[in-house]
Amino acid sequence: MAMLEVKNIEVCYGMIRAIKNISFEINKGEIVALIGANGAGKTTTLHTVSGLLKPTTGQVLFNGKDISKIPAHKIVTMGMAHVPEGRRVFQQLSVLDNLKLGAYTRTDKKEIAENLKRVYEHFPRLAERKHQIAGTLSGGEQQMLAMGRALMSNPDIILMDEPSMGLSPLLVKEIFTIIEELHKAGTTILLVEQNAKMALSVANRAYVLETGSIAMSGDAKEMLNNDDIKKAYLGQ
Amino acid sequence: MITLIDGLSLGSIYALIALGYTMVYGIAKMLNFAHGDIIMVGAYAIMVTLAATVSPIAAIIAAIVICTILGILVEKLAYKPLRGASPLAVLITAIGVSYFLQGLAQLVFGSQPKPVGSAWKLPAIKAINDIGITTSAAVTLICGIIIMVALTLFIKYTKTGSAMLAVSEDRGAAILMGVNVNKIISITFAIGSALAAFAGMFYLFQIPNTEPTLGAMPGITAFTAAVIGGIGSIPGAMVGGVLLGVIEKFCLASPLAPYTVAIKFSLLIVILLVKPTGLLGKVVREKV
Repeated sequence: MAMLEVKNIEVCYGMIRAIKNISFEINKGEIVALIGANGAGKTTTLHTVSGLLKPTTGQVLFNGKDISKIPAHKIVTMGMAHVPEGRRVFQQLSVLDNLKLGAYTRTDKKEIAENLKRVYEHFPRLAERKHQIAGTLSGGEQQMLAMGRALMSNPDIILMDEPSMGLSPLLVKEIFTIIEELHKAGTTILLVEQNAKMALSVANRAYVLETGSIAMSGDAKEMLNNDDIKKAYLGQ
Repeated sequence: MITLIDGLSLGSIYALIALGYTMVYGIAKMLNFAHGDIIMVGAYAIMVTLAATVSPIAAIIAAIVICTILGILVEKLAYKPLRGASPLAVLITAIGVSYFLQGLAQLVFGSQPKPVGSAWKLPAIKAINDIGITTSAAVTLICGIIIMVALTLFIKYTKTGSAMLAVSEDRGAAILMGVNVNKIISITFAIGSALAAFAGMFYLFQIPNTEPTLGAMPGITAFTAAVIGGIGSIPGAMVGGVLLGVIEKFCLASPLAPYTVAIKFSLLIVILLVKPTGLLGKVVREKV
């Protein structure tokens, strides 16, 4: 059984249908990439999965349970973490306070402390700056903080929305190295990216979104060599 | 010196009320103009309980409990259904709630001021009374400081406190942390209203009469204080409140006394001209 199964969802903003009849699935331990141009519906899809938006039709099954009508804050406790577009770290709080908020739904102090240690191992830069105010971090560091914060809820799956946005090529590489590390450590990841090349190079499988529908799906490495994809998304 | 103590004491009343305005604004993104009337309800709660039990302690507890419940109820019944509505609709509703509470008090207790009762009296403390500081000023100042320190520690060191800061900065991101925003808003109204009950209590120490419009002037002054300090900022509300209290008392003690109210509110205009975000307010950066 797939860990996350999205079945025929449709999402509207008022009169506008942003996504039409999208279905996809993610198995435990996979990295799945959702790629597509601006406005294709990638972020809307992600928001619907994590409960910030409610689909007008369709289901979102997480570990076999339909979560499409459950409030977003409860879905977090079920083991889903969402790293939002633009990082959205709490600018006025310290790095440590941000990370602690990531563990907001948990009460097991000892395990939270261990989890914090693991996050610091993945992101040594956050450990160095734990008392710094998050708003003063660089873009790359804020992305690391947003990812570390998501890990603090000890999730079964992490949704990542444009982790490379606004970062220098060097930092993009660093962030994707960390994504691969997280994957190796067993985390399941749903990755939304405009940087199709990077996304496809770390993902197992990928879905291509075009104006609210899935245009193509398949093995990520094969897609890297697909002529249509190359032309439309890889700039080759 | 004595004017300063009086001012600080009055200022801590304003600060307690301003905290309610600023916290609700920060977290629910609305101006709760019925906040001042919660003070009035607290004052009547003290009067009624005092008449029934003759125990000031019971009266204080009753005021805090009643105001807290009232704050939560007002939010649930009047504001929650408007979540996501235009700010203007919420603002008008808040003004409506304010008139409703005043009207209700008038209906139940009449429009005339009523003495709170002879049991409501602080003991004389000779040492400070002799140098001209009233017991009520001293008690208000000390309790005010204790309450504000406690609130600051609560926000800084508890999980609920950091969730409040998180919701106030970025509601969407807070939801993604698993924060139940509705619950945090309820808690905020509860805390704000409890602070208003304290303010009502201190107010009655200074002026031992209740009337339906009792909350209006301290309410609007404290709102001004919250804006001067930077609405949404907790230390800002404290600074703004204390500042206005001190200015008010010094004006009253000077030949400018008839212009006190004008001076208080002109300060708002001056500060907003010089620093539109208020003294400790933060510039909200546009998110791209």
